[in-house]
Amino acid sequence: MVKEKKNKYSIIVPTYNERLNIALIVYLIFKHLRDVDFEIVIVDDGSPDGTQEVVKQLHQVYGEDRILLRPRAKKLGLGTAYIHGLKHVSGNFVVIMDADLSHHPKYLPSFIKKQLETGASIVTGTRYVKGGGVHGWNLMRKLTSRGANVLAQTLLWPGVSDLTGSFRLYKKSVLEDIISSVVSKGYVFQMEMIVRASRKGYHIEEVPITFVDRVFGSSKLGGSEIVEYLKGLAYLLVLDSN
Amino acid sequence: MKHIVKIMVLLVAISACWIGLLQTSIIPRKHTWLLPIYFIVSLGCYGLLMVGVGLMNFPTCPQEALLLHQDIDEAKEFLKRRGVDVGSE
Repeated sequence: MVKEKKNKYSIIVPTYNERLNIALIVYLIFKHLRDVDFEIVIVDDGSPDGTQEVVKQLHQVYGEDRILLRPRAKKLGLGTAYIHGLKHVSGNFVVIMDADLSHHPKYLPSFIKKQLETGASIVTGTRYVKGGGVHGWNLMRKLTSRGANVLAQTLLWPGVSDLTGSFRLYKKSVLEDIISSVVSKGYVFQMEMIVRASRKGYHIEEVPITFVDRVFGSSKLGGSEIVEYLKGLAYLLVLDSN
Repeated sequence: MKHIVKIMVLLVAISACWIGLLQTSIIPRKHTWLLPIYFIVSLGCYGLLMVGVGLMNFPTCPQEALLLHQDIDEAKEFLKRRGVDVGSE
């Protein structure tokens, strides 16, 4: 007799100084994933603002089995935060998302549904299709985003419309397979993840998501970011797909 | 295989067509010599067009900011009642 395996979703949320947002995001995840077996793995990089204290308060409300606090001593970067989180997940699916509420948990059911319908290895959120969108970007930011996207599409033929997005659902085994070979940092990290997955032939699907930019006023697209992006593109062009 | 190899193969194929055209003179030689320039310029224009069109149709969602604020208020109320510190930062 075949025992049907139930799906469990582990949501990895890296945090640094997200004292308020982490509470809000946990509330919203629980609100939108009522009938789903999931856990939230919070990888906090030693936030000085008391993020971890708030997580402990959340333990009282939601239980320590649903919210796993797995901190690190200091700010060590996003890629390694995912790897660290992966060591503690018990689900067969892993969701990665930002802690600052630019990614809204209300889309989690659509990620899950898309994966169940298509059997995809990766479901990635895209901001650039109808049904998705961005709020909080000025014209310059939209221009650079669009220019970067056209360049990447022309050069890399990636098969996804949003390369730098970080709201994704992975089969755990697939995430483990890819993340071990990624070397880039920052948002090029996300590009490298999806390009490697695409080259390896993993089935990737997209769902529209809306993105509300929460980092008001900070210039995230300076000259050095553009250089970093171009270097990332060059690296991905000569990446060996094995 | 590296992705750049695929692009190279495509460029080599296009170049072979171009050389073929040069040798068989289906199109007058004068024009054939200029084809690569036309190609590159067209590619550039197409790219700019794609950027422009994409910029015009850039999906925005102003209502999402409002919805988010509502969600935040709802969350704060719930959590405050249960002893989670959601004091304004």
